[in-house]
Amino acid sequence: MPSARRHLAGEATAHAILIIYTVIALAPVILVVMNSFKSRASIFGQPLVPPGPATFSLIGYATVFKRGNFPHYFENSLIVTIVSLLMIVVFGAMAAFALSEYRFRFNRLTGLYLALGIMIPIRLGTVAILKIMVGLGLADTLLSLILVYTAQGLPLAIYVLSEFMRQVSDDLKNAARIDGLSEYVILFRLVMPVVRPAIATITVFTMVPIWNDLWFPLVLAPGEATKTVTLGAQSFIGQFVVDWNAVLASLTLAIIPVLVLYILFSRQLMRGLTAGAIK
Amino acid sequence: MSKLIIDGVSKRFGTTEVLKKIDLEVANGEFVVIVGPSGCGKSTLLRIVAGLEDQTAGRILIGDRDVSLMPPSKRGVAMVFQSYALYPHLTVEGNMTLGLRQARTPKETIAQRLAEAVRILELDPYLKRKPAQLSGGQRQRVAIGRAIVRQPEVFLFDEPLSNLDAALRGQVRIEIADLHRRLGATMVYVTHDQIEAMTLADRIVVLNDGIVQQIGTPSDLYRRPANTFVATFIGSPRMNVLAGRGAGSRVELDEAGSLPTDIVVQGPVTVGVRPNGFDVSADIAEGLVGSLMGEEYLGAESYLHVKMGNGGLAVVQVHPDHGWKIGQKLALRLRPGNLHLFDGQTGKRLER
Repeated sequence: MPSARRHLAGEATAHAILIIYTVIALAPVILVVMNSFKSRASIFGQPLVPPGPATFSLIGYATVFKRGNFPHYFENSLIVTIVSLLMIVVFGAMAAFALSEYRFRFNRLTGLYLALGIMIPIRLGTVAILKIMVGLGLADTLLSLILVYTAQGLPLAIYVLSEFMRQVSDDLKNAARIDGLSEYVILFRLVMPVVRPAIATITVFTMVPIWNDLWFPLVLAPGEATKTVTLGAQSFIGQFVVDWNAVLASLTLAIIPVLVLYILFSRQLMRGLTAGAIK
Repeated sequence: MSKLIIDGVSKRFGTTEVLKKIDLEVANGEFVVIVGPSGCGKSTLLRIVAGLEDQTAGRILIGDRDVSLMPPSKRGVAMVFQSYALYPHLTVEGNMTLGLRQARTPKETIAQRLAEAVRILELDPYLKRKPAQLSGGQRQRVAIGRAIVRQPEVFLFDEPLSNLDAALRGQVRIEIADLHRRLGATMVYVTHDQIEAMTLADRIVVLNDGIVQQIGTPSDLYRRPANTFVATFIGSPRMNVLAGRGAGSRVELDEAGSLPTDIVVQGPVTVGVRPNGFDVSADIAEGLVGSLMGEEYLGAESYLHVKMGNGGLAVVQVHPDHGWKIGQKLALRLRPGNLHLFDGQTGKRLER
């Protein structure tokens, strides 16, 4: 059966490529996690060896929890990420619903304007944003970060959600209107559940950059009270001495929440990514 | 007393006029079917009645109230959609009661109306199921149930059978007719299928290009179509339409021959005869002459395709054991009272 063999060969090649990619993508993460459980000497002595009985050490984690306000940084990161996400999903869905559902002048133009943000990096406006935040008295507050991340995440959310919402059956929305449901109820109770895969996709794609961002916390909220995890990890990197145990431990800890959220959303995410492709 | 009055309703999308001054009165308890080819504006008209679309001009009155500016839920209408439009996350029960709960109807009233609708539609075994666990016919029954519990003044149906397969379509059609009889409710039903229109309607509204072509009972429309559009749209197989010329008490169809008529008319006319309006004979001295091109055998009857001398094609219904041969010359004789004449230019029906 030559065709079956060719098929097998093709599958093997595809898997080989995927495995290589997975290794490349995961190697740094594994290295970080592995070395965070080792003593300082063995991090430098044998960086590629997993922790053994001789080299195992929790000194990094101990430092992280003793020195610095690490739990507090965690709390800051969580607040900023979750509130931003909520605002992106709620406002994004509302804007997307208006664009996909209602006929009004400049509908297309408004849609294009809102999508423009996907192409223009928000960091270009850092100086202006900083000035605005200082002017508003919001410098060194979590709110300043939340506002910036909401603005950063909205364009993609609106673009993706409005495309998905266009596919929701008109009859369904009309049936709800005849049943006397308000437009808000139609959006949040009928349309949103139907586009759940799209929302999961948006959530993951906007959550990761917010959680990992170093730039805006550094510029807008570098104070001790408002430090995020990524910024907190930097405090172990000194000009002359770097506490690698602590840096690696804090980075490892920072992975956990993202991982948990990803696992929660992953099934929906797959459906969102492959919507339209399969069927 | 009229339950629903559509008073001079027009609709424009940009510069295209979809509906041109539609007038219609629906009596209490009447079943009116709006029928027309796709794109004729029939669904838009229904959506305007429901309040899902704004009219450009005109008024809608339901039960003597001007509802033109009211939101859909306040108009006293319930609608059944082609795609069922059931709420996917609610059970059958939830689907049927959502509207009432939204209107803060007392619990006992909701329970009582639900029970009644469930009894009428025999939905008892499915109450706790989600729409995804139901078949197409069951879903449509739930959608109808959702309309019934609201006890609307007017039921609106937007091509409710189009998503069902042929066998089920016939069955649900009978259920809807039965439902109308039992509820005595006022219903407006939109379809593109003239058979649905003929079998269900008390009165039919034929719509084409946003203009009402004719309003009448099914037999009105079948026996006395107002113009060539209605003549060819209603009835299956469609009416034969041939170009002719009026010459006193006869209509000449050039080489095909001539037909007698009691309408005295001169000049170009359109001749309409239904497939069952001819008798076929081998004696080509009288009637329209043509040759047999083909046959459709249906068991109970056969349809002959006859090519006329003037190039026109006629379909004729005959007994299946007719014995005619393909290629044979035939004469088509008019059965008395089966000739429809229309103005050659306007297509309007000519009367004595």
